[in-house]
Amino acid sequence: MAPDIDSIAPTEAVADSIDLTPMPGETLVFDKPESLRSTLTHYCPGCHHGTAHRLVAELLDEMQLREKAIVIGSIGCSVFIYNYLDIDAVEAPHGRGPAAATGVKRARPDKFVFTYQGDGDLASIGMAEIMHAANRGERLSVVFVNNTVYGMTGGQMAPTTLIGQKTTTCPGGRCLEREGAPIRMAEIIASLGGVAYSARVSLDSVKNIRAAKKALRRAFEVQTEGVGFGFVELLSGCPTNWRMTPVQANNRIRTEMIPYFPLGVFKDVATLNTEGE
Amino acid sequence: MTQRTGKRVFIKGNEAVGYGALAAGCRCYFGYPITPQNEIPEMLSSALVEAGGEFVQAESELAAANMLLGAVSTGVRAMTSSSSPGISLMQEAISYMAGSELPGVIVNMNRGGPGLGDIGPAQGDYYQSTRGGGHGDYRTMVIAPSTCQEAYDMMIEAFDLAYKYRNPVLVLGDGIIGGMKEPVTLWQPEKTDDKVEGWQLDGAKGREKRLICSLFLAEGALAQQNRHLLAKYTLMQKEARAECFMTDDAELVVVAFGSMGRIAKSGVRKLREAGHKIGLVRPITLYPFPTDVLADLAARGCRFLTIEHNTGQMVDDVRLAVRKHADSDFFGIMPGDMPGAEDLMAPMIDALGRK
Ligand SMILES: Cc1ncc(C[n+]2csc(CCOP(=O)(O)OP(=O)(O)O)c2C)c(N)n1
Ligand code: SF4
Ligand SMILES: [Mg+2]
Repeated sequence: MAPDIDSIAPTEAVADSIDLTPMPGETLVFDKPESLRSTLTHYCPGCHHGTAHRLVAELLDEMQLREKAIVIGSIGCSVFIYNYLDIDAVEAPHGRGPAAATGVKRARPDKFVFTYQGDGDLASIGMAEIMHAANRGERLSVVFVNNTVYGMTGGQMAPTTLIGQKTTTCPGGRCLEREGAPIRMAEIIASLGGVAYSARVSLDSVKNIRAAKKALRRAFEVQTEGVGFGFVELLSGCPTNWRMTPVQANNRIRTEMIPYFPLGVFKDVATLNTEGE
Repeated sequence: MTQRTGKRVFIKGNEAVGYGALAAGCRCYFGYPITPQNEIPEMLSSALVEAGGEFVQAESELAAANMLLGAVSTGVRAMTSSSSPGISLMQEAISYMAGSELPGVIVNMNRGGPGLGDIGPAQGDYYQSTRGGGHGDYRTMVIAPSTCQEAYDMMIEAFDLAYKYRNPVLVLGDGIIGGMKEPVTLWQPEKTDDKVEGWQLDGAKGREKRLICSLFLAEGALAQQNRHLLAKYTLMQKEARAECFMTDDAELVVVAFGSMGRIAKSGVRKLREAGHKIGLVRPITLYPFPTDVLADLAARGCRFLTIEHNTGQMVDDVRLAVRKHADSDFFGIMPGDMPGAEDLMAPMIDALGRK
C-alpha cells in the first residue's frame, strides 16, 4: 500500500541516523553528497524520488549552492524532502510552490531557490501557479517528478495518467472522452516567454539518469546566471501504486511513458541565441 | 521615539495604507486587483519599486498570499491586500502561515457579501477575520482603522505586531475607509528590530539548516504546537485596545468598530449634547478583543448596544465580554445599504428610551 500521510513514520527533525564511516579494513568507494543527509528515507523500494534527491544534492555540492539554497517542498510523497536535503526549506500548500518560491526569490534575489513538485501538485492543483511563475520568467528552478499518479494519497488518477492506465479513481483505465488526455508539461512550459530552459528526462536507467543530471544542471544554471526560469520533468516510477516490481516499473517507463512523453530539450535559451545569429 | 512631524497630505485611505507600508519598511507587495482597494497596488506598483522594493501582480489571491508566505519566510517585511472575495482565497496560505508561525500583513477592505455581493462597504468579514478564517485552530491579529490617519498609523503597527509575534496580522477596513479622502500626517517610525536572525531562511551558511513548515507528524508534536500557539494567543491579549468616548458616566454604551464606530461617534456626541448619558467603545483591535474595557463598564452597571454593518457578528464578542453583568442589544445595517449618522442614531434613541 502507498504510504498514507498518517502512516508515515514521523520524520521531522530527524537526526542523521546512518553512520557512513568505513569500518576498519573497508575503503570508501561511493560516498553521499554533502547536501544529502545521512538519514533513512520513507520512500518505497524502487521509488525514483530518492534518485532525484541524490541528483539535486550532487548538483548543489558541485555548483557550490548548498549554503545559499532554499527549497520549497510540495505536498506529495516528497513532502519530507526537507529532512533529506541539508539546506533551508519552507513548506508551501499543495500546488503553490511556484508562488511561494516567487516570494522567496523576490525577497532574496541572491539565494538559489527551487521547487520540487509532483505531477498532482504541479500539473493539477498548482497549474496556475506554475504557468505564471514560468511566464513571468522568475529566476527559479523547478524539479518536476512525473510518476503518472497521486502517490501519497494512494495512487489516484493524475493529470499525467496515461490513457488506459488503471488507478484507484479510474479503475477501468483512463478514458480520453471522459478524463481528457495526459498533460505534457515540459512542452507547455517551453512555450512560455519567461522560460530559459525546459526539458524532459527519465530516471529508468543509468544512461538516462546521467542525462537527467545534465538537464538539472542546465535548469540550475539558467537561474544562477540570471537568464530565466528552468524546468526539468523527470519521468519516474511509482512501483507501489503501479502494482509492479521496481524492474517492471523501469520497463513501464520505457515502453509506455517515453512513447507518450518524449524525452528531450524543448527550450534552451543558449541554443536559441546561437540559432538566431 | 517616533517622528510625528511629517508632511501633511490629502489622500484616500487606500493610499494611506500604501504610504504606511512604505514608512514601515515593507519590501515586497503581492496582490490581485479587486475593488474597493485598487489604489493600494496601484500606488505601490511605482512607489514601492522606487523605494527599492518588489511589486508583483499575482495571477490570483491564492498565489498572492502564497508569495507572501514565501517572502516573509526569509525574514523580510512583506504584505498583500484585497477585499472580501479575494481574502476568502487567501485563507489557505493564512492558515499555513499561522501554523508555521510566519509574520506578514494582510489588508482587507471589506465589501458587501456573501458571494460577489457588491463593491460597497460592509463589515461582514468580522467572523472570518477574528476566528482564524481558514482551516485549523488559529487566530490572526486584527486591527480596524476608522480614519485615513489610522489606516496609515495601523500599517506601521501591523508590521511591528506581525514580526513581534511571528503571526499574520490583518488590517480590516472597508470601502468607506479605502475610498475616503482625508488629511493624513506622514510620519516615519524608528526602525524596529524584527528579531528574525534566529529563524529566517537565508541559506544554511555556517549554521544548521532551517525548516519552516506546518506539518507535525511525530507523536505529540502537533498537540505541542497547538499548545504553543495557544500560549502565544494568550500573550497577545495584552495588545487589546479600544477607544472610549464619553464612557465615564455613561449608562448606555454603544459598541461599534471601524467606519461604523466613527459614524456612531457623531451620533453619540449629538445625543450627549441633548443631555443623554451615552458613550461609545470602539474596539481598535478586534482580535485580541478589548474584553476588559467592556467587562469593567458592565460591572459598573452600563447597558450595551452593538452596531455593525452586518447581521450581527461582533455582538457575540461583546456579549461574551459583558456576560457576568449585562447583555447587548444589536442593530445591524445590511451589507448593501449605506448608513448615515441619523440611521445609527435611531437605534440609540430607541435603546435610551427602553431603560
Ligand atoms: C488542498 C489539498 N488537497 C488535497 C491534498 C491531499 N494530497 C496530498 S498529496 C496529494 C497528491 C500528490 O500527488 P503528486 O503531486 O503527484 O505527488 P507524488 O506523491 O505522486 O509524488 C494530494 C491530493 C492536500 N494535501 N491539500
Ligand atoms: S513509490 Fe510511489 S507511493 Fe512509494 S514513495 Fe514513491 S511515489 Fe510514493
Ligand atoms: Mg505523482
